[in-house]
Amino acid sequence: MSKINFLKPDQSNLNTFLYLGTLLFFISILDVFLNSFFKVNITGFLPGFLSFIIPLLLGFVGLFFIRIEYSGIKKLDLINKHINTNNFNAILSLLIIFVIIKSIPPLLSWFVVDASFAGDSKDVCTGSGACWTYIKVWLRRFMYGMYPNGEQWRINLSFIALALLGSVGFFATDKFKKYLTLYYVVIYPLIAFLFIFFFISGGPVFFDLSYGIIAAILSVILGFFIPSKYKFYYFLIVPFTLYILLKYFIFFEEYIELGKLDGLNWVETGAWGGLSLTFIISFFCLIFCFPIGMAFALGRRSGFPLIRYISIGFIEFWRGVPLITVLFMSAVMFPMFLPEDFFIDKLVRAIIAISLFEAAYVAEVIRGGLQALPRGQYEAAKSLGMGYWKMHIFVILPQALKLVIPGIANTFLALVKDTPLIFVVGLLEIVGMLNLAKTNPKWLGFAMEGYVFAAIIFWIICYAMSKYSYNLEQKYKTDR
Amino acid sequence: MNFKLKDIGPQLITVIAVVLVFGFFTYNAQINMESRGIDFGYGFLSQESSFDVQFSLIEYDGSHSYFRAYLVGLLNTILVSVIGIVIATILGVIVGVARLSPNYLINKFAAFYVEFFRNIPLLLQIFFWYFAALRALPLPQDAEAIFGVFFLTIKGLYVPAFIWENFNIFLYSIIAVIISIIVIRIHAKKLQETQGKQLPVFYISLGLIFILPLLSFLIGGVSLSFEIPVLKQLATTSFIYEGGVSLPPELIALTLSLSLYTATFIAECVRAGIQGVGKGQKEAAASIGLTPNQVLKLVIMPQALRIIIPPTTNQYLNLTKNSSLAAAIAYPDLVLVFAGTALMQTGKAIEIVSITMFTYLSLSISISILMNWYNKKIAIQEK
Repeated sequence: MSKINFLKPDQSNLNTFLYLGTLLFFISILDVFLNSFFKVNITGFLPGFLSFIIPLLLGFVGLFFIRIEYSGIKKLDLINKHINTNNFNAILSLLIIFVIIKSIPPLLSWFVVDASFAGDSKDVCTGSGACWTYIKVWLRRFMYGMYPNGEQWRINLSFIALALLGSVGFFATDKFKKYLTLYYVVIYPLIAFLFIFFFISGGPVFFDLSYGIIAAILSVILGFFIPSKYKFYYFLIVPFTLYILLKYFIFFEEYIELGKLDGLNWVETGAWGGLSLTFIISFFCLIFCFPIGMAFALGRRSGFPLIRYISIGFIEFWRGVPLITVLFMSAVMFPMFLPEDFFIDKLVRAIIAISLFEAAYVAEVIRGGLQALPRGQYEAAKSLGMGYWKMHIFVILPQALKLVIPGIANTFLALVKDTPLIFVVGLLEIVGMLNLAKTNPKWLGFAMEGYVFAAIIFWIICYAMSKYSYNLEQKYKTDR
Repeated sequence: MNFKLKDIGPQLITVIAVVLVFGFFTYNAQINMESRGIDFGYGFLSQESSFDVQFSLIEYDGSHSYFRAYLVGLLNTILVSVIGIVIATILGVIVGVARLSPNYLINKFAAFYVEFFRNIPLLLQIFFWYFAALRALPLPQDAEAIFGVFFLTIKGLYVPAFIWENFNIFLYSIIAVIISIIVIRIHAKKLQETQGKQLPVFYISLGLIFILPLLSFLIGGVSLSFEIPVLKQLATTSFIYEGGVSLPPELIALTLSLSLYTATFIAECVRAGIQGVGKGQKEAAASIGLTPNQVLKLVIMPQALRIIIPPTTNQYLNLTKNSSLAAAIAYPDLVLVFAGTALMQTGKAIEIVSITMFTYLSLSISISILMNWYNKKIAIQEK
């Protein structure tokens, strides 16, 4: 046994330091633990300030004692390496441990122990904890908005069906893998649209949009058979012509009756709301903003100066203004720009506004991917005799999109997080419904529960999306 | 002859399409405005606004013009943005560095913070702070003083006001400090390049920062006193603080949520920047005999900043644009005052929305031009 120097713990007195340090460390943890869980203050006999700081002091000394390099004990080395590298880190680690211990009891009591779950009126919420009864009673409103209670199975059924149809990709055999892109890009959106249009709405709301979607899908399918040379002109002229044809010459007003299924009531979009509206809006904007953004990304890299400047102008305009003013524009300014007898539903207007807004961000992300591709890829494709469209569809875009998966996922995340803003045009998704429920005279004073509930839901959605995008990124990572 | 249909055709068609769409919109707008009896024009800006704004940095009441209302909104937006940017930067840098810490707990704590605040919509966070968290604060008469001078109540935060005398002299001394520091830095750089001598620039600057303003107090006749807010009873149950500066709860909720939200993104930028500097750079700098401080200052930071600054500026812009969410909690920013109240009163939808959008647009475009210039300046010149 050599002489002990308490200011310099070393290996020769390993056991002494180890036992002493661990003891001190555990006393400090125990003190905070008892204090926060059982309201017992074992250092209460000390004067106020000292009793407050003593756990930190004890823990610090304890950690100082066990900070022995190359002790030969694996666990000790691990602890020292991870939380106890120097004095500063030791104090920070202690503070974090204390904060965690201190914050568990109040959180636990608010969320679970003192919270009320039973009953269906405000009277049961007398405890100091959260009133989950409030969420329970209002759950239908938070999920479906003002959608009539008896009709809500339509939303449920549609979402379940769409989720099942969306998961087809996981079960596809190799034989069908090559059709997956076509399925997800063309067929699935169409099915989803029909579901929402006929089943959830059951009325003539989306007709205008439906002409557009049918025109777009028809022209994309026809577009495969058009020679590359004329594709630009084709895509410039045919979709609009088709749209106008469909709208004014093929589907007359009388046929709108076609859109109604027997036995389904028309639920107008003003009654839609809650979390289901968040999903519907995110879904549509996601579908629309991607092709628009891609077109403008290509436009910005185009060799034609006028097309390039128009694309730059479009992208920079939408990126420069806040979404809330865009929605203001769609609410108060846009109707002024349309013929008087021409009415577009406010949900459709909001979807168009958000899509255009996010399309500008998608365009910039895709442009980043296009720029990152080496020029050799373009030259190789050209030397094989590919035209502009063939080159982009088969060589450039698949590689560029792979590169920008994280960026696109971030944009989509931003899109989901931006949906609450539609309160500007008077649509109430889940956050809007919360604000409405909060002002109900029977249920005053439960704002906190509502916001926590919505925050948890949004957090789960966004976190899952970001993890999924990370997985995709890893899956499609190709070495170059 | 360079005229080729192949080159001209697509451009011509695009331009015609764009012109047609705009023409269609303008034509409809004219017809609509005629039929509703609205005339187009910006003359309303000089008319009397006749509405009041709760919180304003410049003197304003209903007798002022709409243009002044616009200025009030703009200044409030800038105020929120500047406070938010400062807090978000400080927090973001701390969290970003913490995420690189070898300490497991600190690392996970920072990661938790980032994942938590990044994945909840900003609007929800604003609502949470404004309607739930800040509503739990005490009434003015029950509030306990923080350090004896700050009062955090349900009606806002009350802080002492500075009362300056001869403030302009103090200001001049600050300007003098900035100029002299710049001059000394240039001189020190020259000295090092020509003679290899190093001046202790940091200590000289530090000294100047303290001495010159101190001199202005001692000799220049500058004096500073505080006005501490005092509780005052208006009615039997209604209390209010008088004196000092009051920050409304809307402002607190907004800056808090904006900075907590944006700090997560800035933290990720900082982390990416520091990770982006190769390990070899550090080792190379150490091997030519630079001290750790010099390694950080001369090798790591310049390279890390090159990666950090462009995305961080983008985040500043986002914060400024996101500050328009203020309209949701009735903080009188540009959108609420101008695109909200003024629009309702005048009905000039096109003019007002276009002015609002143009303001934000010019703000972001000027910053992005500045950014492009800066990027070009600091880009690595490869040989």
